[in-house]
Amino acid sequence: MQLSCPAPILQHETVQMAHGAGGRLSQELTGRVFMPHLQNAFLDQLDDQARFDAEPGQIAFSTDTYVVSPIFFPGGNIGELAINGTVNDLAVGGAVPRYLSAGFVLEEGLPLVELEMIVKSMAESARKAGVLIVCGDTKVVQKGQCDKIFINTSGVGFIPEGINVSCRNLKPGDAVILSGTIGDHGMAVMTTREGLSFQSRIKSDTAALNGMIREVLDVVPSVHAMRDPTRGGVAATLNELASSSSVGIELDETAIPVREEVRGASELLGIDPLTVANEGKMLLVVPQADTEAVLTVMRAHEHGREAVCIGRVVEEHPGMVVMRTPFGSRRIVEMPLGEQLPRIC
Amino acid sequence: MTCPHPPVKEPTMKFIDEYRDPQRAKALLDRIRRKALHEWTIMEICGGQTHSIIRNGIDQLLPSTVRLVHGPGCPVCVTPLETIERALAIAARPGVILASFGDMLRVPGSSKDLFMARSEGADVRIVFSPLEALQIARDNPQKEVVFLAVGFETTAPANAMAVWQAAREGIGNFSELVSQVMVPPAMSAILSSPGNLVQGFLAAGHVCAIMGWEEYEPVAERFHVPIVPAGFEPVDLLAGILQVVEMLEDGITGVVNAYGRVVSREGNPQARKIMNEVYEVADRPWRGIGIIPASGLVLRDSYARFDAEKRFDVGHITPKESPLCRSGEVLQGHLKPSGCEAFGRECTPLSPLGATMVSSEGACAAYYKYHRNTTL
Repeated sequence: MQLSCPAPILQHETVQMAHGAGGRLSQELTGRVFMPHLQNAFLDQLDDQARFDAEPGQIAFSTDTYVVSPIFFPGGNIGELAINGTVNDLAVGGAVPRYLSAGFVLEEGLPLVELEMIVKSMAESARKAGVLIVCGDTKVVQKGQCDKIFINTSGVGFIPEGINVSCRNLKPGDAVILSGTIGDHGMAVMTTREGLSFQSRIKSDTAALNGMIREVLDVVPSVHAMRDPTRGGVAATLNELASSSSVGIELDETAIPVREEVRGASELLGIDPLTVANEGKMLLVVPQADTEAVLTVMRAHEHGREAVCIGRVVEEHPGMVVMRTPFGSRRIVEMPLGEQLPRIC
Repeated sequence: MTCPHPPVKEPTMKFIDEYRDPQRAKALLDRIRRKALHEWTIMEICGGQTHSIIRNGIDQLLPSTVRLVHGPGCPVCVTPLETIERALAIAARPGVILASFGDMLRVPGSSKDLFMARSEGADVRIVFSPLEALQIARDNPQKEVVFLAVGFETTAPANAMAVWQAAREGIGNFSELVSQVMVPPAMSAILSSPGNLVQGFLAAGHVCAIMGWEEYEPVAERFHVPIVPAGFEPVDLLAGILQVVEMLEDGITGVVNAYGRVVSREGNPQARKIMNEVYEVADRPWRGIGIIPASGLVLRDSYARFDAEKRFDVGHITPKESPLCRSGEVLQGHLKPSGCEAFGRECTPLSPLGATMVSSEGACAAYYKYHRNTTL
């Protein structure tokens, strides 16, 4: 009598617990899904660490974890976000981003084709941004213990000599520049989230801004501060800048660009676009005299076509952001509270 | 005797930007300034209007003779604490999915809010429409789905529709915890309260879109006040305020519509039909104010099987309000939020003592958000 012993299935269609166990299935996942897209001289070593040479100037180091839901949204996916987000966090400090790590927490049952799409767009985003993913890690957790996929990326970049960009550098008289329309990413995600089924043409603005930032710094190295207004939106970022530098910021409501669809969706949900997340926008604070030069460089760049001066730094009301309304009244722009709640009516 | 007053003449406008046009706003402000020779106190009933007024700084732009006070038209703010406690108790039961509009999740009960209940394992979901809650019930036949049906006449038709639809489809696992309230009885209560300051009203445009304005005529007549249905954009609000000021200065009472592009005298009969099919008028407690006769809606006996209060016996609830919170006075126009001793101290949007600090339509939250206690 012959006992039939089924061979283990290697060609899975979804993520299995064994994919994270370090055995053959782990190798299969790396070989089939990750390496074909992410391959580079550092990663090919398959060592426990990446080694690279330091460049002159300071080292910048940043980390962020991405848990967006849904993982695919109009204009992008969690993978693109994970690359662009960390690239931007390095770049707004004046650094040239170089090397990224990628850590994945996968939920058992995630379709491998979805994982591959995410990895593919990470590779594509890294290529566009000119950075290399040099080390990584994958863990699998049981179904229900994470939401499909969480990604952590950390990044290293180098800040050239002579660049000093900091949230403590704002001076009264400086101009506040915004690179384009606000609220696109947050609204794209919110309007596609389960339960909010109205049609929407809003797309995420996710983009790596290091190219544009490099060009700006080449022309105007005297930029005082740069930030990407992600969670909490422009409202949170400007409040942080005002508070770090103990200055006031005054905004002109009519100057702030908001797409018609974003404004409509925001009003429907009772959310202020100023508090909505962006993933491909930046705020710059520059000496008044450099405003035009900075705007010219930005507007020549695909991610800065709609760049505009939205306000100025003032001595009055330190730590506070004040909006001038088109009607001549003023209101204070508060630090947003936390989770965004839809309005009832 | 009330008599119709000629509506303020405004050319027809088509796009939303026109209702935010600074030139139009300025022209209306000039007319208000010229007309308002005496001191007037006007209440905007609706929390949405309060939010827009504070956000756009309209109260700063008005002449000192025109004082705006903020009304009780915020559904989150006036939902009784007892209803919140009941929702918390129902949500804590195994096998229950509690669905609610997002604002309600942060309203504090005596010891916690629905967000905290969720973190303790309750299945609490944010929905944007009661029909979504009904869909959850269809998708989860083994669960009891309870929708927290709060709001004014604006939410009542859709909330009624969900019950009507559930009845038609025989969906047995859906019910509503109803706390529906209505505007005209609240207006009467404010006007009859001792120490009332309100001399004229901006009525809530969206409520009137459903109900029309016929039911405001007896209120205007009984209390000799002007009532003006108005919209939410700066130009809408200023046109409404101008209308009220003109009527006050000219000694004219009655109802004049300043929101012609949305509101008609009859309102929306289909919406009212479904409301009346499912709900009936009843006395209702308002948080911070107390019981207002015939001011709420409850499920009719024929739909009693969809009443979560009847379906889930959670025993007797004795809610404890914060002794510091003066939201009742704020809701009736007796007190500005910044006049409350707890405002910005013990009570902030992160740790609200009363519901007026929770919803973006609550007067206290609007004042806090736009720092109305700070002089610019």
